[in-house]
Amino acid sequence: MTAERILVAKVGLDGHDRGVKVVARILRDAGFEVIYTGLFQTPETVAAAAVDEDADAIGLSMLSGAHMTLAPLVVEAVRARGADIPVIVGGTVPDHDLEELHEAGIAAVLTPGATADHIVAEVRRVLDSTSVT
Amino acid sequence: MGSEQPTPRQIWEAEFGASPIRDADYTTLSGIPLDPVYGPDDGGFPGQYPYTRGPYSSMYRSKLWTMRMFAGFGTAEDTNWRFKEIIRAGGTGLSTAFDMPTLLGLDSDDAMALGEVGRCGVAVDSLRDMEDLYAGIDLSTVTTSMTINSPAAPILAMFIAQAERAGVPRAKLGGTLQNDILKEYQAQKEFVFPPRQSMRLVRDSIAFTAAEMPRWHSVSISGYHIREAGSTAVEELAFTLANGFAYVELAMQAGLPVDTFAPRLSFFFNAHIDFFEEIAKYRAARRIWARWMKERYGAQDPRSMQCRFHTQTAGVSLTAQQPELNIARTAIEALAGVLGGTQSLHTNSMDEALALPTEKAARIALRTQQIIAHETNVAHVSDPLGGSWFVEELTDEVERQAEEIFAHLDALGDGSMLEGAIRGIEENWFQGRISDSAYELERRMNSGRRITVGVNAFTEGNEEDQIPLLRITNEDEQRQRKRLAAVREDRNDDAVAAVLRRLGDEAADPEVNLMPTLIDAAEAYATLGEIMSTMGTVFGRHVEVPTI
Repeated sequence: MTAERILVAKVGLDGHDRGVKVVARILRDAGFEVIYTGLFQTPETVAAAAVDEDADAIGLSMLSGAHMTLAPLVVEAVRARGADIPVIVGGTVPDHDLEELHEAGIAAVLTPGATADHIVAEVRRVLDSTSVT
Repeated sequence: MGSEQPTPRQIWEAEFGASPIRDADYTTLSGIPLDPVYGPDDGGFPGQYPYTRGPYSSMYRSKLWTMRMFAGFGTAEDTNWRFKEIIRAGGTGLSTAFDMPTLLGLDSDDAMALGEVGRCGVAVDSLRDMEDLYAGIDLSTVTTSMTINSPAAPILAMFIAQAERAGVPRAKLGGTLQNDILKEYQAQKEFVFPPRQSMRLVRDSIAFTAAEMPRWHSVSISGYHIREAGSTAVEELAFTLANGFAYVELAMQAGLPVDTFAPRLSFFFNAHIDFFEEIAKYRAARRIWARWMKERYGAQDPRSMQCRFHTQTAGVSLTAQQPELNIARTAIEALAGVLGGTQSLHTNSMDEALALPTEKAARIALRTQQIIAHETNVAHVSDPLGGSWFVEELTDEVERQAEEIFAHLDALGDGSMLEGAIRGIEENWFQGRISDSAYELERRMNSGRRITVGVNAFTEGNEEDQIPLLRITNEDEQRQRKRLAAVREDRNDDAVAAVLRRLGDEAADPEVNLMPTLIDAAEAYATLGEIMSTMGTVFGRHVEVPTI
């Protein structure tokens, strides 16, 4: 069995890349194959990369407050390509935004303080629930 | 000894005696009188080379640190209102946070700006925004810091243009431009042009301000972002000072004598939660800077050797869990900055792990500084930890490890720290070190070897009601786009086109200083995006190779 592929991405103008790099290493250590897009991606480039790379999930790292605008656009861009790749958001997301993000089709949100074990468990849960449906 | 050499204490006493002293009660709560500094007569004193104990002989007895609270959100009018609140609440300096499109030199109506306008700071598209940002604030008395790097030169040009329209000549403007592009490639990652082209703009702004703005700090060489990106304290210190050496070499290569610009370089450090290591870091920073400036770069003016710095408490140390605990963390970090002799300080607000601060949270953060300044008496005595066996040895060790990093960069640059810094960026050396350190710390957290209260221990209370958070709506983005559309409508497009053509021509000639034309472009209401893309067609763009 080959490792599941996770595409981690920075979308928009936010240059804070500490979180995405740490999470990428955590996931790699947990046995996933991890692809990092680099900075300043658009919803379109992320969706295209996820489809091209045959990713099993997309992880968006967002610390600028733009998650409410950009994360739903990534979901739309993935669906517009006819793909069903779950999108997970990690970063500074206040509680009052969680419901709207879930309604927009975000599969999981990881907020500040999430431990490595919790991150891996959430990704696993999202992958398992996607493969069932 | 036949001739009477004055002791270090006697020299210090003469300097202290000549300094203005704040009116305060310099005794303990019990009435014990406090000296301005303690130590043996022949030991180190503040205000004396290599300045380990402080850049000035009288330190906080002459002037408390500047309580400089970083603020910016929404439109220029919104942030102007917050600035006036800060001044009313007793803040003594302004510090401007720009939004991400502005940091990357994009206009608010650029497609890439979607969702980011006014969110992490204030949106500045043109001189019109700059005018509204500082309206009603006397810039001849209030000093202003602007956290901007890739577009630092055009933003400085807009700042000068608005101040002069408000009647304050550039020579009277006091403040700081961050303008530290090297750490953008290393850590903060808000870069636009490639490193060498960006360094030309830094050179131009150093030369321009050295000639025309005697009260202006041309570069705030910043370790803060390096630390926030995950470095250790030693890496923060060493990378920052190495970047400082690179700017010194850049300006000297441009023909500026070291003492004409070095007194206007300043620094910006993090105050993280490891209390004594931070204090050792500040003490080592002053000593290293003094030695290098004197011995390697031949500085003779003591001000060129004095490392003066701003401090901000560590954003990454804040937790989303039980956010009120962040008040305690911030107080401890701020105290480290003060005991380390900082010249100005920003204290983070308890809610900043999740959002920009509410007004109340920001006020509590400012009040935390006021408690340290006015209740604790810690500002009465300079370098109170000097002479502590622990702190002195930690200072020496931090310095020793920093020197190892300098030796690496010096070799990488074949004897040039400027070349070493640029090659270190091009080879991903800094970026790799920072990522490795960030991951190492994460592993220690995750294994439980390091405890963060409320996160991996003592979590009772995490489920309680959350504190109120500031909400920034998309309305701000809409309002800013309308403001920008009005600017484009009102201005003379021919004048804009002409000045941008001139800017493009001058950008292609590396001998020209671009600052005068950037000021002309600001006055014509050219937008930041237009100015940056004009230079970008000549300079090209930097693309980072993604590495995990």
